[in-house]
Amino acid sequence: MSPDLSVNICKIKMKNPLVLASGILGVTKASLKHVAGNGAGAVTIKSVSRERREGHNPPIILTEGEVMMNAVGYSNPGLAGAKKEFSGLDEIPVPVIASIIGEDAAQFGYMARNFLTGEFSAVEIPLSCPHTPGFGILGGHGTPEATRDITKAVKRHAKMPVIVKLSANVQAIGEVAKAAEKAGADAINVTNAIGPGMVIDVRAKRPVLGFGFGGLSGPPIRPVAVRCVYDVYESVRIPVIGTGGVTTGEAAAEMLMAGASAVGVGSGVYYRGIDVFKKISDELLGFMREEGYSGIKDMVGIVHD
Amino acid sequence: MTTAQRSERPRMLVIEKITAEAKDTSSFWFTGDLKAKPGQFVMLWIPGTGLKPFGVSYQDDGRFAVTVRKIGTFTEKLFGMKAGDRLGVQGPYGRGFSGKGGRIVLVGGGYGAAPLSFLADELVREGKEVFFINGAATKDHVLYRERFKGGKVHMIYSTDDGSLGHRGFCTDCLTGLLSKHKIGRVFCCGPEMMLRKAFEICLEKDIPAEFSLERHLKCGFGVCGSCCLDGTGWRVCREGPVFALDDMKKIAEFGQYKRDASGRVVKI
Repeated sequence: MSPDLSVNICKIKMKNPLVLASGILGVTKASLKHVAGNGAGAVTIKSVSRERREGHNPPIILTEGEVMMNAVGYSNPGLAGAKKEFSGLDEIPVPVIASIIGEDAAQFGYMARNFLTGEFSAVEIPLSCPHTPGFGILGGHGTPEATRDITKAVKRHAKMPVIVKLSANVQAIGEVAKAAEKAGADAINVTNAIGPGMVIDVRAKRPVLGFGFGGLSGPPIRPVAVRCVYDVYESVRIPVIGTGGVTTGEAAAEMLMAGASAVGVGSGVYYRGIDVFKKISDELLGFMREEGYSGIKDMVGIVHD
Repeated sequence: MTTAQRSERPRMLVIEKITAEAKDTSSFWFTGDLKAKPGQFVMLWIPGTGLKPFGVSYQDDGRFAVTVRKIGTFTEKLFGMKAGDRLGVQGPYGRGFSGKGGRIVLVGGGYGAAPLSFLADELVREGKEVFFINGAATKDHVLYRERFKGGKVHMIYSTDDGSLGHRGFCTDCLTGLLSKHKIGRVFCCGPEMMLRKAFEICLEKDIPAEFSLERHLKCGFGVCGSCCLDGTGWRVCREGPVFALDDMKKIAEFGQYKRDASGRVVKI
C-alpha cells in the first residue's frame, strides 16, 4: 500500500503536509489557486492589515546563493480590498489560511472580527516579522506577554483555528509558544524569516534592500527552524507547523521528525520552481516507501524520546 | 538538490553611452554578455531610489541596452545620469518571444517598440521577412527611425495625429497587412488597449500571436506575487511577460484591470 501523505491538524484537512507560507505569492486568490494546482496541501494568504500598505521600496527580495533575504514590508490592499480579493475561496481546491496583522492586540482583534469569514480554514497571526516597523519583532510582539495578549484578542473573535507564527530570534522560544498555547492558540508555526541581516553592494556603497535590512530565509536557515520546531514540540501539546528552508522531501521529513505536523514552504518556490510542492510530495512519498512509514503521523516528533 | 545557485541581486554596471531615441526617450547602453532572449527584461537599480523592470531593446557583440521613456520619478533620476555613471542591473528575467513563424508582423505601440526591435534584429539575422508596425502619439515619439533605415525590416509607421505614416491606430495597419499577406505569426508589445485590439484581430483571423504584458513588478523572479494575473494566477515575471494567444484567452483581467504596489485592483 502506498504511504498516506494526508494530515489533519487542528481540523484543517490536508492531502499532504505542505503549506504555502504567507508572504510568498498569495497576493491574489488566483495565485493561491495556481499554487494549489501545483500540489500544495494548504495555502496561506499574504498578510492583511486594516489600512492599505505599499510596503518597502524595492529591492524587496534578493538572493545571495542559497540565502534569500526579504523586506517586503507588508504590502497589501487593506481590509476592504482584501475582503473582495479573498471571497469565493471555494474555487481553491485546498484549505486557505488567512493571515492578519496589526500593531497591537486591539488592532489584531479588529482584523479578526472584520476580516475573517467562514471561507477560511484557519487564521495565522505572525508575531515575528523581522523588518517592518510597528509589526512583529520590531513591534515588540515577540515577547510572551504580547503573544498572550494578541492571541487572546484574536481568539475572542475568530471562529476558526488560530495559528501563531513565531520567530526563531527568541532564544526561549518554548516560553513564547507556551504563552500562545495558554492564550488559546490552536497551533504554532515556526519560524518566520530570521535575522534580520544586511547585504551591502560594495560598488554602490549601499545596502541592496530598499529597507536596508531584511529577514533571512532559504535552505541555510533550515537547521535553525528544525531546532525551533524541536524546542516548541517539547514545550507545548498543540500541533506545530515547521517552516524554514524546506525544499526537498528529506528536508520535510526532517521537519516532521523534529515535531512538525505540517511543513511550510516559501523560498522553495524560487529554488525549485512553483511546482516545488509536487516535487517535495513525490520525494516525501518515496522516502516513506523506502523507510517503511505508512503515514505522516509515524514520523512526527520521532526524534523525541 | 536545489537548482538555482546564482544570486538575484543587481550588479553595478557602467553606463557606456546614452543615445536619444525620441522625445523623452533614450537608450542606456552597457558592456556585458547578458544572454537575454527578445522579450525578456532586466531590473534596473538606482541605489537609494528604487528598482524597476525594462525590456531589453538591443543585444549585440557583448553589449546590450534598454530604452527608457521619462515618465516618473525613477526615470527622471535615470535621465539625470550620464555615461560613466554606474547603475545596478539584475536579470534577464521572464519568458520572451518564441520567434516562431515564417513571415512575421511586429506590432509595437509607444515604448512597446523596444523589446520588439531586439526581436526584429534576431529575426532578420535568421533570414526571416519582418514587417514592423511602429506606432506612437506623434512623429517625435516614434522610436528607432534611424535604426532600421535601409535595412531588411519593412517599417510601417502609425501615429495618432498622422504626423508620420498612417493616422490612427497601429492595429489598423495590422488588419491591412493580414489581408494582404500570408503571415506566420504576430508579436505585440504596447499599451494594453492596443494589445487587446491586436488580440481580437488575430483571434478573428486565426493567426498565431504572442503578447507582452506589463504589470507592477517588485521582485522580478517569481517570489513576491505582485504581478500575478487573474484567471490563471500566472506571474508576469516568470510565466510571462510574453503569452501566446491561447494563453491570453485565460487571463481574465486582460484589458480590464491590473494591480498597484499594494495589490489593490485598478482599472485599465
